[in-house]
Amino acid sequence: MIDRLWFLLPELVMLGGAIACAIVGLSHAAGIRRTLPVIVILTLVAACAASTAVYDASSLESALGEGAVALPWLGRAVIPMVALIGTVLVLVQAGFVDRGYESAVGAGKLRFDPLRSARGEYYAFFLLSLAGLMLTCAAPDLIWLFLALELTSLPTYIMVAIGRSERRSQEAAMKYFFLGAMAAAIFLFGFALLYGATGTMELTAMKDVLVARAAETGSIGSLATLGLLITIIGVGFKLAAAPMHLYAPDVYEGAAAPVTAFIAFVPKAGGAVAIMLLLSITGWAGEGGSLPSAVLVTLWIMSVLTMTLGNIGALLQSNVKRMLAYSSISHSGYILIGIIAGPGAGFAAVLIYLLAYGLGNTATFSVLASLRRGGEEVERIEDLAGLRERQPGLAWVMAISAGSLLGFPPLLGFWGKLLLFIAGVVSGHLVLVIIAGINSGISAWYYLRLVALPLTGSATGSSRAVEGRREVGPRVAGVFACILLIGLPLLLEPMLNEADDAVRDVDAMRSEMTAADDSSEPVG
Amino acid sequence: MLGVLLLIVPIAAAIAVCFVPLRLVRGFALIASLATTGIATAAAIEFGGWGIGGWGLEFSRELLPQFGITFTLGADSVSMMLVLLTALLMPLAILGSFTAVTERTREYYAWLLVLTAAMTGVFLARDLLVFYICFEFTLVPMYFLIAIYGSTNRTWASIKFFIYTFLGSLLALVGFLYVAWASAEHSGAWSFSIPTLTAFASNAMTSTEQAWVLLALMAGFAVKIPLFPVHTWLPLAHTEAPTAGSVILAGVLLKLGTYGLYRFVLPMVPAAVVEWAPFIAVLSIIGILYAALICWVQTDVKKLVAYSSVSHLGFCVLGLFALNPLGLQGSVLYMINHGLSTGALFFLIGMMYERYHTRDMGEVGGLAKKMPVWSTFMVFFVLASVGLPGLNGFVSEFLCLLGAFVAGDTGAYPGVLGPWFAAIAAIGMVLAAMYLLIMVGKIVFGPLREPAGDHGPLPADLSIREIVVLVPLAIGCILLGVQPDIAIDAMSGAIADTLAAFPELVTNSAETIVSAGGMP
Repeated sequence: MIDRLWFLLPELVMLGGAIACAIVGLSHAAGIRRTLPVIVILTLVAACAASTAVYDASSLESALGEGAVALPWLGRAVIPMVALIGTVLVLVQAGFVDRGYESAVGAGKLRFDPLRSARGEYYAFFLLSLAGLMLTCAAPDLIWLFLALELTSLPTYIMVAIGRSERRSQEAAMKYFFLGAMAAAIFLFGFALLYGATGTMELTAMKDVLVARAAETGSIGSLATLGLLITIIGVGFKLAAAPMHLYAPDVYEGAAAPVTAFIAFVPKAGGAVAIMLLLSITGWAGEGGSLPSAVLVTLWIMSVLTMTLGNIGALLQSNVKRMLAYSSISHSGYILIGIIAGPGAGFAAVLIYLLAYGLGNTATFSVLASLRRGGEEVERIEDLAGLRERQPGLAWVMAISAGSLLGFPPLLGFWGKLLLFIAGVVSGHLVLVIIAGINSGISAWYYLRLVALPLTGSATGSSRAVEGRREVGPRVAGVFACILLIGLPLLLEPMLNEADDAVRDVDAMRSEMTAADDSSEPVG
Repeated sequence: MLGVLLLIVPIAAAIAVCFVPLRLVRGFALIASLATTGIATAAAIEFGGWGIGGWGLEFSRELLPQFGITFTLGADSVSMMLVLLTALLMPLAILGSFTAVTERTREYYAWLLVLTAAMTGVFLARDLLVFYICFEFTLVPMYFLIAIYGSTNRTWASIKFFIYTFLGSLLALVGFLYVAWASAEHSGAWSFSIPTLTAFASNAMTSTEQAWVLLALMAGFAVKIPLFPVHTWLPLAHTEAPTAGSVILAGVLLKLGTYGLYRFVLPMVPAAVVEWAPFIAVLSIIGILYAALICWVQTDVKKLVAYSSVSHLGFCVLGLFALNPLGLQGSVLYMINHGLSTGALFFLIGMMYERYHTRDMGEVGGLAKKMPVWSTFMVFFVLASVGLPGLNGFVSEFLCLLGAFVAGDTGAYPGVLGPWFAAIAAIGMVLAAMYLLIMVGKIVFGPLREPAGDHGPLPADLSIREIVVLVPLAIGCILLGVQPDIAIDAMSGAIADTLAAFPELVTNSAETIVSAGGMP
């Protein structure tokens, strides 16, 4: 048990950072409060460093020992990715929480009141949610998985609410919270059925039971199938996958742009990781290494519905945030292709795609976070028209990130989509890949508006009132993300190696280790 | 290495253009594109494959070894010719835009240079993904050229252009991925190398599989060519694009589609091609006649030339699917000739538009009196385009039709088309003569009609700069009209390679039909 605790080092670092943020946020000195984003970034770097120390060859044995995770090395890829995107995300958040209050305090109109300030808590929740995502990767059993997923989600409900003091935000937070609670109930119900079907909470033990049952009777049994289906649909809420996607547009629109950037990535990544781990219990024992047919068909339909509804919904929007919300739904549909394709090429593609999606999506929101029209956020898509005349840099960030989300070569989004498509074709789901291709074509329509209006349009009456905000954080985030979107394809080979390594199955790793031991023993 | 330079130099120049002082931008862009032309010429001299087939200018670097994706360049003689066509047209396009583009000039020339690199990349790619990336990436500069510098309806035109071609090429990508996967299953190792995949697909895939791949690839290439019935984006894009945009669109971008047919469709899925050639030929003949009839009723000269491109490219496709050397030679020659003559026509129309701000035949007429030099060039290039013997258009059109005509014979290269295809397509030649000559009659001859309006700084007739733009194209037209065998000999080896699989396949399929007891 003590060796397993070692694997929680990155999460413990995150927890420490969160506590530090909560305390620093109470300081009366504005200069100290201003260091909050720095603390967050340092924490993320430390967590990343901790993860490389933890997921090391020397700890392989304990990673594969009792209570092993189904994909033992998953954290090795996911934690650095979370740290990287978290760094970009925290730059987007810079300066927006309590904006009015802080400036009033700065101007000497108000006295700083620690009880009224929410900035420290906000950053603490930010780190806690990311810690939840990291914990999800390390979940050996259902209880852990449930708690980790909730740790990812619960802070986001509060972040939506305290992000800005508007009624819409409160409404969005309530909606998000209640629907999130319902989704949690649904997948808990699924967990209960899975427990009933297998008599264990541990995912690897569950897999052994179900694989043995499948070998004996030809199927994993109806109770386990039903449990898995209900679980998947419940976790689909985190992914914003159909039929659990309907909250996304309202919540994304209601939340402030920086918060939306956060909730469009973090819970989604958590959902994707959770589904990968949950599906491991089937052992991929179906014909040709596939899922049991009921699960496969469900995921297939979910994928098609998610990408199609997302893209068609996005076509109809005039509000940028709603449009991006629908587009993020469609990205979940693409991610499901990789999940259907299964361990190996499919899961590795999911990880690369998550990185591309996270960077691209954060960059688009960073543009929205750097702009304002009067005191309000820029929300209507027409408000972006002619942006390049006043904010050329932001216009380009918007264009590049939309291009990457569209999957345009040679940006990172293209490679992510390409790997997903390859995985889909390899696993024999050609029709699904064709549908995804057509969907990408549809998405060109609305992503092109995000490229066209800022760069080629000319300013109209309402968009002339749009101006840049004072904070540099979001701009830095946008530019940094765009550099990564252009530059990371050059590192694709090592990234893909890392991703391939990360999604190796526990059994495969165990047999590899035994083989390595056998061959090294005669020498030693 | 020269191949890599052909890609790097324009891109580096495009980046540099953004930092050059504004008054030097035009000159810098011109010099950069001339440098590219110089490199292309050097590459053409170094290239060893003229006439004999095979690959030259090879360069290879690993990109993503897990899936066998490499950055591999190489050219056969056909791609080398198209590289030269690109290298010829780009400096002219830049030179031709000196007075037409006055706003956002930096970006304009940067996009033109990026476009050069992307188009050259398509022709030089020997890895499927490098091809795909360049093929897709040509959309971006062209999109901005139309959307920023186009005329009134530019936004819609650019979006339609982008979405049509993007969706088409995504489907082609799925087809490519399928072939790559099937090849990986077959041989155990991933590869995206074009020769490897071609060899695999043509030999090891069943004809049903090939038919599906054909469908996917046609989705990508037919849109780009454009083939009836997916041609509707082209007239719009052409009409709205700035002059240089139209020139490049007609001159090179449309050829990416026919080049795709030449490079992938014919050699990769020959069995399916044999089966479906008559169908595609019928589509291209419908395109030839339908677009020609539309041309007849146009009053906008630019739209007329745009539709004539649809009609002309129909001949090009017909030649390709004749499946014999005559047709293929005609088709490849057609790609080059159409680039020269239609490119020149778009230049001429742009020059007229710069002076009169209209392209309506009802408003302008009898320009021979006012602009004799312009009118001379106009008549010359119209004749080249109509197919006057002695000029370039004739040779290629004739070879395409002849190829289709003899495709029913049982010689060394039996085909699946026949005299009927050629006869009906030939009506398109007659129609082309009609609509183009009517246009010339209206705007060049007859009583002088000019709309009121100032010429700006431009002289009444062509300036030296404008003549310099047109002369190289005219020389090309005469050269390829009088001595087409230079080009035909140079490409013969590559064409024989492309056609290698066909004679046997066609004979076999004919035998199957006969043994099955009658008509298909």
